[in-house]
Amino acid sequence: MTQTCLTFRDLTLGYGSHPAIHHLDGTIRKGSLTAVVGANGSGKSTLMKGIVGVLKPMAGEVIRAPGVRAAYLPQQSELDRSFPARVVDLVSLGLWPRRGLLGRYTKEDRDDVSQALMAVGLGGFEKRPIDTLSGGQLQRTLFARVLLQDANLILLDEPFNAVDAKTVGDLIALIKRWHGEERTIMVVVHDLDLVRQNFPETLLLARQPIAWGETRETLKPENLLRARRFHEAWEENAPWCEPEGHDHAHDHSHGHGHAHDHSHDHHHGAGPRAA
Amino acid sequence: MDMLYGLFIAPFADFGFMQRALVGSLMLSLGACPVGVFLMLRRMSLSGDAMAHAILPGAAAGFLLYGLEILPMTIGGLIAGIVVALGAGAVSRFTIQREDASMAAFYLISLAIGVLMVSIRGSSVDLMHVLFGTVLALNNEALTLIGGIVAVTLVSLAIFWRALVAECLDPLFLRSVSRLGSPVHFIFLGLVVLNLVGGFQALGTLLSVGLMMLPAAAARFWTVRVEPMCVLAVLIGFASCVAGLLLSYHASLPSGPAIILSAGVVYFASILFGTRGILRSRIIHHRHRTA
Repeated sequence: MTQTCLTFRDLTLGYGSHPAIHHLDGTIRKGSLTAVVGANGSGKSTLMKGIVGVLKPMAGEVIRAPGVRAAYLPQQSELDRSFPARVVDLVSLGLWPRRGLLGRYTKEDRDDVSQALMAVGLGGFEKRPIDTLSGGQLQRTLFARVLLQDANLILLDEPFNAVDAKTVGDLIALIKRWHGEERTIMVVVHDLDLVRQNFPETLLLARQPIAWGETRETLKPENLLRARRFHEAWEENAPWCEPEGHDHAHDHSHGHGHAHDHSHDHHHGAGPRAA
Repeated sequence: MDMLYGLFIAPFADFGFMQRALVGSLMLSLGACPVGVFLMLRRMSLSGDAMAHAILPGAAAGFLLYGLEILPMTIGGLIAGIVVALGAGAVSRFTIQREDASMAAFYLISLAIGVLMVSIRGSSVDLMHVLFGTVLALNNEALTLIGGIVAVTLVSLAIFWRALVAECLDPLFLRSVSRLGSPVHFIFLGLVVLNLVGGFQALGTLLSVGLMMLPAAAARFWTVRVEPMCVLAVLIGFASCVAGLLLSYHASLPSGPAIILSAGVVYFASILFGTRGILRSRIIHHRHRTA
């Protein structure tokens, strides 16, 4: 018996008049663990923003099943690291769904904060000012906050950036624990080996879904090749999308295949990038 | 003892206008300094200045219609300030333009209107009065008004504290868990306007920003947490008011600038001697630990 957590109905998301996600249809099962992969500009982050509701759809809709509470770890956090706050203050924001604006933090809440920090390997970091954390430590702090949010839909956008191999292992373990707890998880990942090893399902995006389903099937070479041919740039004078055929925007892609492969290769692997 | 009494206590004990000036300015500090801390942390320090200019046409309209009366000028200032705050805030939230640019545009337009209005009917003396105020002429009406503004400010800060901190620290997170992000920003801008308007009878539209920003900027050098920073800013504000009023009394100086300059002295002292100031972080050589 499978229940759906999210339903995408003809979802188009984008910026200006240009779509970054184009007419997406499909569902995410409750309790599924899905990797979202694709080249730069293929719409992965945009899809995440659309699901959280930070970005309003240009057309179509995202339907959340009743009772779904989302926790979202963005790729480009708007976190102000110069703000005078300690690790515990930052993680405690994750108590918002539980306590809201005015609810007092109880002893139990504070214990949960400590436990969340322990779970990401940052036990004892409570009092550290956030501007003294390294990039990887900050990322783990944000994971602790997600942990505390106790959401049943967890959206992680490139959570392994600037994180060392050991920590990636720890974070994957955490994700698997959430998976075991029947939470629905979607993770944007660039490292395909990581995806093959750890994620049962994959959505391969290139503005439209190229393939979507069991990871081994999705990441077949022919699918990856098709995803790579996708043309990243907007066509300033691309024809308007009419209700029937919406494939024409992609017809240009073949001529630009080479340039695109090149840009894609930079981002393979979990190498350090500005986070 | 007598000399100390004469220096520090007698001016306040003997003169009603000094007592009212003290009460008024202390109350102002209580509300304006925490607001200043958040302005600073949101990197909107200069927005306070812009808002102070923006208040001018409203105050001038009140002044032209009713003369030098506190209530019409205050209400006028409040309306002008809120129009500019909402306008600039809305432009930055709903278009690609950042708040610094929209704020600059709105306040400059507002300032020009204000100067135009004052010059139509008034003289430059009137303009000086609106710009620089006088803390020594606070009547009971003005004190009541300031008291009300402080109460509203402190209650609002207490209620929206968590949202305000979240909005400063991680606005995208707040948007993902709550719809309070935009409202809290506008409520905060409202508090800024309210406190500037409260201050302008005492200090004038321009200097009231000083009591808001200088203690906050000074407090930044002493602590790494928001709560103590607000408390410290208020204390620095208190000290500046007392010192400024005494200075003004003994040396026959205008009171507004004396208060702000006292805060300025604390600011420079904090830059030098604060726990996060220059001397500690640059000159004194620290020993470091092994881990």
